[in-house]
Amino acid sequence: MKRPLIKVDNLQKHFPVHSGMLGRKTGVIKAVDGVSFEVYEGETLGIVGESGCGKSTTGRLIMRLLDYTDGSIEINGQQISKLSKQEMRVMRRDIQMVFQDPYASLNPRHTIGKILEEPLIVHGLGNAKERKVKVSEFLNIVGLSDYHSSRYPHQFSGGQRQRIGIARALMTNPKLIIADEPVSALDVSIQAQVLNLMQKLQKDLGLTYIFIAHDLGVVRHISNRVGVMYLGKMVELAVSELLYEEPLHPYTQALLASVPVPDPNFSREITLLEGDIPSASDPPSGCAFHTRCPFKMDRCVQQVPQMITVKPGHSVACHLYDRTQ
Amino acid sequence: MSEAIVTPKKQVKERKSGPWRDGWRSFKKNKIALIGAMLVLFFVSLAIFGPLLAPQGINEQMLANKLQPPSAEHWFGTDDLGRDVYSRVILGARISLLVGFLSVIASAIVGSFLGIMAGYYGRWIDTIISRLFDILLAFPSILLAIAIVAVLGPSLQNALIAIAIINVPNFGRLIRSRVLSIKEEEYITAAKAIGMSDRRILFSHILPNAMTPIIVQGTLAIATAIIEAAALGFLGLGAQPPQPEWGKMLADARSYFITAPWTMIFPGLSIMLVVLGFNLMGDGLRDAFDPKMKN
Repeated sequence: MKRPLIKVDNLQKHFPVHSGMLGRKTGVIKAVDGVSFEVYEGETLGIVGESGCGKSTTGRLIMRLLDYTDGSIEINGQQISKLSKQEMRVMRRDIQMVFQDPYASLNPRHTIGKILEEPLIVHGLGNAKERKVKVSEFLNIVGLSDYHSSRYPHQFSGGQRQRIGIARALMTNPKLIIADEPVSALDVSIQAQVLNLMQKLQKDLGLTYIFIAHDLGVVRHISNRVGVMYLGKMVELAVSELLYEEPLHPYTQALLASVPVPDPNFSREITLLEGDIPSASDPPSGCAFHTRCPFKMDRCVQQVPQMITVKPGHSVACHLYDRTQ
Repeated sequence: MSEAIVTPKKQVKERKSGPWRDGWRSFKKNKIALIGAMLVLFFVSLAIFGPLLAPQGINEQMLANKLQPPSAEHWFGTDDLGRDVYSRVILGARISLLVGFLSVIASAIVGSFLGIMAGYYGRWIDTIISRLFDILLAFPSILLAIAIVAVLGPSLQNALIAIAIINVPNFGRLIRSRVLSIKEEEYITAAKAIGMSDRRILFSHILPNAMTPIIVQGTLAIATAIIEAAALGFLGLGAQPPQPEWGKMLADARSYFITAPWTMIFPGLSIMLVVLGFNLMGDGLRDAFDPKMKN
């Protein structure tokens, strides 16, 4: 087994809710509530789930753009919560992020050259000449040309900007890239381009990805393993093929059933989920999914299901598969 | 796939583009704003080259020629001490523009700094700075200026300081609100993710993006500052005699308003024109650089 690059253990992030004139704390939103997983070198871990399930928050916690409430995140064996501000900045060379909205993630007043050069300046890598060479090298790697470096973001299309965003993330030679819905703001035809580019880069540069998305098709295309999140919890984590061919958790099953099949004559048993996703400020007791689960048992209301490994490379948090009781 | 997305190396000569260049291009199309800019340019050159253009000094008195109407010799007539009004109006441009520019630059720098601190760091820093602004804004501005000058003592320099102080909260609030919205932008998150220091984020990313409203507001504030300087001068709290400050000239001309209206008309007209110039130019800049600020 390969060495885990990232080890997330029982990660929790609670946002306090303030209300009233005095701004008293009146509750918490459990955006991430006990998520554990590992990411191995060179693999792509996909994280999927509905809006508001905490997948982006998880990404931001790993980047330490937010501080977590409880649990631990280890990167290369180092607890990131124990790093000082300075050590964290050094650590950021190794983990970079690609953002969802390519229209918002590039500073409109900086030229592309400046945007790409900045990570190098911040981390003190190379002199002016070497930096310039590196900028044009990476522009070429993502399929743009040298002369683009004097242009401003508004002169590019969405797909081009996203490639610039990827190039920026690559400038410091990171080991891990957290891609937070990197293609959901793009046209389908452009999505494929960007995904192919990301896969090519992974092969060439030996990158590790955490790929956050809500589109199951996109995640299947790129991931080795996929984690499914629901209401701040990881409900299923499996090798891609297993998850897509043999989903175990009722929520995963429902998600996969909602993926359109490109065959007009195809019909299937419809397992539509009923009801809305419950509020994270007042999550249901026991298994968070029990309010919408077609297989609900008494146990589900009372007891929080733990992650159990059903077979190698496939774990699920659901009482249906718990054979101990 | 990679062939398909590589754009051809050869490029036709393209129009240069950038946020500033685009704004300038649209400013040039705005005729009224250009008129304003020309007025401003005219007064700025008066301020610079005034001493070369003025036929007489600021305090060359010819009591025999006092209160003469406009003539070939004295284009704008003479005042109660027989001084050439034309010369004094020209030389007064320097005082008014200097007060306008310096006070606005000072308040823009101080206001931006406080606004950035309040907007970026938030919490108690924001509370203290914002309440300070509220207190300053609670006074009618000219009253506050009078109070400040009364404490410091009447002089042109103190009038300038007073005008700078009363304009600080306008800039501060503007910048604070800009910073509040900019700091939530994804490119700021991206900058943090890259590992940038707060200082670099503030000065290299937030400030340049908050800049346009400062420039627009600054141009308009110069107009107000000039009026405020004239008002203080009029009240005897700004420029002291014999400095040819336009507001002071208006005050001196009060007693001769009926018999010698030229002593009042020309300084008054100058104030009006220079303020109009800055306002037109400021509106044009706003439309060009910051269309969202309209209305």
